[in-house]
Amino acid sequence: MSAKNTAVEAAEPSPGPIAAAEPSGSPADGAEPPPGPIDAAELRRRVAQLLAAYDPATTARADFLRAQFDAGLAWVHYPAGLGGLGAPRALQGVVTAELDAAGAPDNDPRRIGIGLGMAAPTILRYGTKDQQRRLLRPLWTGDEVWCQLFSEPGAGSDLAALATRAVYVPAAHPSEGHSADDAERAGGFGATARERGEPGEHGEPGEEAPRSGEWVIDGQKVWTSSAHVARWGILIARTDPDLPKHRGISYFICDMTDPGVEVRPLRQITGEAEFNEVFLTGVRIPDSHRLGAPGEGWRVAQTTLMNERVAIGGGSVPREHGMIGVAARTWRERPDLRTHDLHQRLLRLWVEAEAARYAGERLGQQLAIGQPGPEGSAMKLAFARLHQEVSGLEVELLGDEGLTYDDWTMRRPELVDFTGREAGYRYLRAKGNSIEGGTSEVLLNIIAERVLGLPPEPRTDKDAAWKDLPR
Amino acid sequence: MTHQAPTQPPQEGAGSAHLLYSEQEEDLRAAVRALLADRCPPETVLAHAEGGRAYDTALWQALGAEMGTAGLLVPEQLGGAGGSAREAAVVLEELGRAVSPVPYLTSAVIATQALLSCVGAMADANTDSGEQPRAAAETAADAEVAVELLAALASGERVGVLAVPLSSAPGSASAVTVRADAHAALTGQIAGVADALAADVLLVPADGPDGVGLYAVETSAPKAARLRLDPSTPLDLTRTLARISLDAMSARRVAGPGGAEAAIARALLTGAGLLASEQLGLAEWCLTQTVRYTKERHQFGRPVGSFQALKHRMAALWLDLVSARAAARAAADALATGDRDAPVAVAVAQAHTARVAVRAAQECVQLHGGIGMTWEHPAHLYLKRAKSDEIALGTPGRHQEVLARLIDLPAPTG
Repeated sequence: MSAKNTAVEAAEPSPGPIAAAEPSGSPADGAEPPPGPIDAAELRRRVAQLLAAYDPATTARADFLRAQFDAGLAWVHYPAGLGGLGAPRALQGVVTAELDAAGAPDNDPRRIGIGLGMAAPTILRYGTKDQQRRLLRPLWTGDEVWCQLFSEPGAGSDLAALATRAVYVPAAHPSEGHSADDAERAGGFGATARERGEPGEHGEPGEEAPRSGEWVIDGQKVWTSSAHVARWGILIARTDPDLPKHRGISYFICDMTDPGVEVRPLRQITGEAEFNEVFLTGVRIPDSHRLGAPGEGWRVAQTTLMNERVAIGGGSVPREHGMIGVAARTWRERPDLRTHDLHQRLLRLWVEAEAARYAGERLGQQLAIGQPGPEGSAMKLAFARLHQEVSGLEVELLGDEGLTYDDWTMRRPELVDFTGREAGYRYLRAKGNSIEGGTSEVLLNIIAERVLGLPPEPRTDKDAAWKDLPR
Repeated sequence: MTHQAPTQPPQEGAGSAHLLYSEQEEDLRAAVRALLADRCPPETVLAHAEGGRAYDTALWQALGAEMGTAGLLVPEQLGGAGGSAREAAVVLEELGRAVSPVPYLTSAVIATQALLSCVGAMADANTDSGEQPRAAAETAADAEVAVELLAALASGERVGVLAVPLSSAPGSASAVTVRADAHAALTGQIAGVADALAADVLLVPADGPDGVGLYAVETSAPKAARLRLDPSTPLDLTRTLARISLDAMSARRVAGPGGAEAAIARALLTGAGLLASEQLGLAEWCLTQTVRYTKERHQFGRPVGSFQALKHRMAALWLDLVSARAAARAAADALATGDRDAPVAVAVAQAHTARVAVRAAQECVQLHGGIGMTWEHPAHLYLKRAKSDEIALGTPGRHQEVLARLIDLPAPTG
């Protein structure tokens, strides 16, 4: 599922620098190509340079962020020219600490989590140079918000069964493959890609040179957070229904301002609408907005989904961070609510939350030394269960107050804050934690099969043509 | 509780723990694992359990003395290997994985830590100008005995056991049931002492003329008739239990009032914290064997491990192990660095890991089906160790009670 609500950071390790950026036209020319290995001292020097040229106190937020990107200090493990310096990922902390100390603005990573956590690593790995240059800078600065068009009403856990169709329409006149309007919407990256036909550094080994023509998309996506504010969506759609389901899918970048894109709020059990349904009717996507080769969409999507799961895991947070802290505070402040039964259960959950916190910290330490273990997939499962149990206990602890709800008004929050509202909201919202981003049941299968090596269930759907599968 | 190990500087509170295994720790693990694979396979453990011996002396000689793991907690200048609780924890993971019948936890961890604290108390007293000369001299004499015993334990040549019930929890005062007279002769009984039958030296907490002291009793002393050890039949076939009866038994004091209580508290804290690593290793064996078995075992024409009803249970167990490993590492690291957060980290590790180990052993029996219920299959050795370990050094509930005070989540009043 595409529901996405955890603070994320791009999680793909740097695949190494790509060729130096073109000298003209690109917005990302500012970064000096690294003269040698970038260490912490060098990064501090570059941060000081940035701060000297753009005083955070007097520079507009957007301008500062663009300058930070151009200086290669956005995500230092990305290649030079694309917001990074090809430095070790772990050194980003040095930059962040220096910038925080100087009162510099951040790019509000929670608001643009899908772009940072899922779209960016996929574009870095599979995008053409033109796609990378056009898209990554406004993605990182937050000038352009991204959403993920993956899940469908008929394709949740079984995402590869998706039915949204993409039909290729060759350009009538190759030299006029794009209207002026297309070029404007695409910000130019379509046309240049078509002219140069450059493959990305890490994808599409066998890619044919010029890209022309377009794809016409029809279908429905669901559980799309940020669709109503997004400029772009990462989209997977079926390009060949005659092939088995995993093989007939292609991966696109969908312009959310296309007139065929209709976004409707999807109201949840909490009363609010964090997510959307997205109806795609005759949406036209230029072939230059494809990521990866036609039919390779499932493989490309794995990069996206892997990063989604990694993004949910590791890191260091203070003790009593999150829901357990809220419950513990209520316990301390309200002696009148205490019962022996709740005391035992609260302590037990506190222990489990603390053990999960250590596990997250341990995972973060593994990532920092470049040895991510399979523990990442454990974290989401653990937190889903903890959130549900702690919030359930909190409602019960509150007694009479637990009978009330803060507000059923239909709202459209831009950010989801699991602990920002009252206990009843937390209880209801936490129910989604074991569904979004892969249900707990599917994640248990993945752990059992990929980590423990247990045999899969027998399947009948893997090798049949998609069009012949029962739906 | 917060008494620092003598050789490490104290560090600041929660959040800075190093939770991975160092290369050196992995080397140590490989060496211990290889030894145990050779000398302590499940059939040997079972044969040992049926043989009625106190512990596997040959294995202990190889592991504790020759490999030098008995002295990991002890600084080199005191005759040890100069390691830390982190390394001892790795040894315990492997011992748990093999349910080895050796007195590592009792001698190399708990008794050793008690003696280390006694020696540390002397160091503290030397710098404390306010102490009376007579008391200082007594403390020095105590410490001299402690230093001598420490070297013997660290070398692996002698086995020492802190004479408290195995169920004693750190942080909750346990009753002292032995009295010491002015000549350090001990009288009283202590029930449920693990590895007492293996001990060359018992460290006995006793009420002396000045208050609670810690006294060393030689089990092979000429007056041994004044010392009786009555074995119980233990649930855990790999760790003996006995009642100690002392009747004017001669002893040497290793710590006096104040120092003794601190030493006992620190020893129990260290023991409880590192027991989590034994439980972790035990649980890992249970999951590994269960996965292996359910891949091989066919019913209904396919491996039983392919059924989601079973594989979800194993995946859930793996999930528990991820957090148990992190919690056990956090406790070991906090003990190794003398972090003042150690009591919290230990209580969390025990409350969590003890339950995970029991669940792992229970799942191991269940998912093995009939074979898991037999005497022949080693699963029962793990179940019995796991269930005993759940009680050892404080039940999860007891650790949660300690935690409630430490983290200010008080019980309802009235």
